[in-house]
Amino acid sequence: MNYPLRDDIYSDDVPVEPTRAGYGRGLKAAAEADERVVGLCADLTESTQMHLFRDAFPERFIQVGIAEQNLIAVASGLAHAGLVPFTSSYAAFSPGRSWEQIKTTACINDQPVKVIGSHAGLYTGADGATHQMLEDIALMRVIPKMVVVAPGDSVEAEKATRAIATNGQPSYLRLAREKTPIFSTEDSPFEIGKAYVLREGHDVSLLGTGTMTHRLLVVADMLQHKGIHAEVVHVPTIKPLDDETILTSVRKTGRAVTAEEAQIAGGFGGAVAELLGDKLPTPLCRIGMYDQFGESGAPIDLFKHFGLDHDSMTVTVESFVNSVPRYHQGF
Amino acid sequence: MQGGRLTLTQLDQKANEVRKDIIRMLEAAGSGHSAGPLGTADIFTALYFDIMNHRPQEPEWPERDTFFLSNGHIAPVLYATMAHAGYFPVEELLTLRQFGSRLQGHPERTHLPGIEQTSGPLGEGLGQAAGYAYALQGINRQPHRFVYAMMGDGELNEGIIWESAMFAGKYKLGQLIAFVDRNNIQIDGSTDDVMPLEDLRGKWESFGWHVQEIDGHNIESIIDAASMARAITTKPSVIIAHTIPGKGVDFMEYDYKWHGMPPNSQQAKDALRKLRTLDGKINHEGEAA
Repeated sequence: MNYPLRDDIYSDDVPVEPTRAGYGRGLKAAAEADERVVGLCADLTESTQMHLFRDAFPERFIQVGIAEQNLIAVASGLAHAGLVPFTSSYAAFSPGRSWEQIKTTACINDQPVKVIGSHAGLYTGADGATHQMLEDIALMRVIPKMVVVAPGDSVEAEKATRAIATNGQPSYLRLAREKTPIFSTEDSPFEIGKAYVLREGHDVSLLGTGTMTHRLLVVADMLQHKGIHAEVVHVPTIKPLDDETILTSVRKTGRAVTAEEAQIAGGFGGAVAELLGDKLPTPLCRIGMYDQFGESGAPIDLFKHFGLDHDSMTVTVESFVNSVPRYHQGF
Repeated sequence: MQGGRLTLTQLDQKANEVRKDIIRMLEAAGSGHSAGPLGTADIFTALYFDIMNHRPQEPEWPERDTFFLSNGHIAPVLYATMAHAGYFPVEELLTLRQFGSRLQGHPERTHLPGIEQTSGPLGEGLGQAAGYAYALQGINRQPHRFVYAMMGDGELNEGIIWESAMFAGKYKLGQLIAFVDRNNIQIDGSTDDVMPLEDLRGKWESFGWHVQEIDGHNIESIIDAASMARAITTKPSVIIAHTIPGKGVDFMEYDYKWHGMPPNSQQAKDALRKLRTLDGKINHEGEAA
């Protein structure tokens, strides 16, 4: 394990920034590096942070209006002309509304359309259930050829944006509206398809995706005081999943927990359940949304209500560790 | 089309050859759509043998005009025309819809060189064509290339069509030239019964398009309309081509039931006889009755 973490991640003074801000910077940087990069937006340019790109490259910015299906179809046509189109909207609308266009015109058609879903998850609190996109991981993960990335913080979001600009594949980037803690550094690695062990332990593997990873780091710290040594694995790429890193950790600890602010059915928890079911059946506890919609409220209240806050997750993991025998291959 | 141009008579004959192959393909496949492919054979022939600047031996020629099929279910006419134009052997047409064939039930870019985009779910071809036209006009600056698209009239029910129409109108995509196959049928019946489309001309005009209405079986009209559309550089163009579904096979013409049905072997035999004799006008090819 040599993943450089910030040294203030457990303090109250840890810096915070929305992951979408990293996307905004990353897109501008990707466009500076490659003139084929173009940006399309469905009337949400500033809130998806695409304005940084628009202001720097107005001739490569395309406003499509509130029309998410056409957003993707046009991007597919641009890609066929040799460009690398990034499409920005809220995740509730794209991929929420544009799923079939993504499947047909980007994925079956094998064009490197980049789908950027901002304001995903419970962090879109006050707007309520219609705007809290919780199904996007499942929707995108199930389509062949699609790459699915949920960056853990804004620093990683910038790297992930630059990475999907050059991967030549249809790709989905999941972003959040609210400021979340930054745990990675400029020197921390990011590679599509790689998971990273952030903290070592031997009692349980805590697998986090997106902004839940920082929460798991705090939970692991709280568990330490209770004598439970949790390993924290950050899984920013949900597809393709880094089977090897996850299996290596779970083989060592014998218990697995996943955490996501999304539907666990078909989501990240679903992906890990499939992997463990296929390769290494292991007691698994999935933390996330259980076949339920969110509702309006401050994110802090919603996280607490749905059991995704630090205290609730600590209790959940502690009870899981104490009630479930660890699995070792061969029993 | 590179090489010598065909005369109007030769183009009519070519369209008839395309129709015969459509019947043969559909009979061999045992499934697929008859009415739309037969109805648009004249437009496809005009496109691939006269209107478009393309090289069948070099499908990715960077200077080519591109064609986007939005109503992917009329794939048989696209395949038959492409084969006759020289993209692949005509014999391969009989593999339509079979396992391992490059001729998928709905066209797929990754399967067959010369197919510009994957289509099937209706309404998506116009947006893809508009994106390509935007790239030519606004980014890559290639004013001499044109983007042609084909839509069915039934698929104009789809909301995305009008999102794309608004987009192309806003950006004045003068290099985008779309055909609507106005054959008045869709799967469940006439377009008027299922979901009326009129005032169709007015709809497109109000979205900022240049609109022409033509006889979709008059190849000279098709070529002239495309030429006019290329001359209109300040707006996208739509050519509403009035066609007869099932054109050329009397028992299929005008009947919506042939929208999504292939001929059986007897029907195919009858259809081929109709096409071979131009509905009884000649005894066999080349000989007057």
